[in-house]
Amino acid sequence: MIYDVIIIGSGPSGLTAAIYTTRANLKTLVIGGTKWGGQLQLTSDIENFPGFPEGIQGPELMNRIRKQAERFGAEIVESDFTLGDFSTRPFKITAGGKEYVGKSMIIATGANAKWLGVKGEQEKIGHGVSVCAPCDGFFFKNKNIIVAGGGDSAMEEAMVLTGFASQVTIVHRREELRASEIMQKKVRENPKIKLMLNTEIVEILGEAKVTGVKIKDNQTGKISEMPIDGIFVAIGHTPNSKIFKGIEVDNEGYIKVFEHSKTNVSGVFVAGDVHDKHYQQAITAAGFGAQAALETELWLESLE
Amino acid sequence: MADINITDQTFQKEVVETKGLVVVDFWAAWCGPCRMVSPIIDELATEYAGKVKIGKVNVDENSQVVNQYSVMSLPSVVFFKDGQPFKTMVGAQAKESYKQEIEQLISG
Repeated sequence: MIYDVIIIGSGPSGLTAAIYTTRANLKTLVIGGTKWGGQLQLTSDIENFPGFPEGIQGPELMNRIRKQAERFGAEIVESDFTLGDFSTRPFKITAGGKEYVGKSMIIATGANAKWLGVKGEQEKIGHGVSVCAPCDGFFFKNKNIIVAGGGDSAMEEAMVLTGFASQVTIVHRREELRASEIMQKKVRENPKIKLMLNTEIVEILGEAKVTGVKIKDNQTGKISEMPIDGIFVAIGHTPNSKIFKGIEVDNEGYIKVFEHSKTNVSGVFVAGDVHDKHYQQAITAAGFGAQAALETELWLESLE
Repeated sequence: MADINITDQTFQKEVVETKGLVVVDFWAAWCGPCRMVSPIIDELATEYAGKVKIGKVNVDENSQVVNQYSVMSLPSVVFFKDGQPFKTMVGAQAKESYKQEIEQLISG
């Protein structure tokens, strides 16, 4: 069978695209990934998605968007994309060991959290090192923890964690935070949060679990040790674009967009965090999904 | 399907004193990724019924076990052999990954 559209990714952009393509009567397959739902699955309260005045839990929002896409006939497979040939049409891709054929593609694979990449980090993921405050904050009741990062998501993580920890220290390597004014204000006014600027983590210490860090003062170059129970990493994201051969990306790995949602390959479109380094919001991702779906529909019509 | 909930009270008998492989999924209602893993664990429990004991621990209700095994991340799936923990898979994984691990352990 040949699908009209194959959407790779099942976060807000991929599934919104699926709602639009199925409603346009296009035979739609979503390669949802073994961890479907994207980054929102790792969040708690979403307070800025329109239509939910009381807020909604990230995973609940994703369940609803998925149901909506399935209601109109989107087929969703929970396997990972492994290979794609975008050189000839129709496009052939492989996911979960099976081959699928589609006339057009929408890449909506999003982005993944970055790790610090320091000594002692990888082996202590799940043992004091985490990228998911709402998931793991619970285990740090009355403990001292670090949040690494200086953007809005780091501030949000720190705020969430004050609900559990006795003290949260934000460690940021630059002199100024990148976070918005309103988030910075919230953080600075919170008595449980301490700021350590111009500082970076160079090593994570501990045997079975995190017991401390080595931190470097970026002004003096001095390295010192600091006891700590946990480290939450919030230093940004890497777009999931490496797996697509022949699709052009910029120097940071974000897929290049030509004219609305088009990639450099005719018939392959892009939506969401895998190309968007500016907004990275659930609602903008959903918007990009709708846009890519409409562009795909137009492109398919133009073939006929 | 058999009840596969394990608690602070039953952990000793169900896991520590059980010979062979026991797989334990640590979860909580408020943890998003746990909701992806939970149905996978149910399926595996059915598929491996009679061969491998597969259970779940709700971390909100069973702090004793959680502290004892230093669970600090959810979901955590811990593999016990003859009552001893020897491998932990942190974060939601594909069903195939859990299966692979189980297969390797029952054949080896």
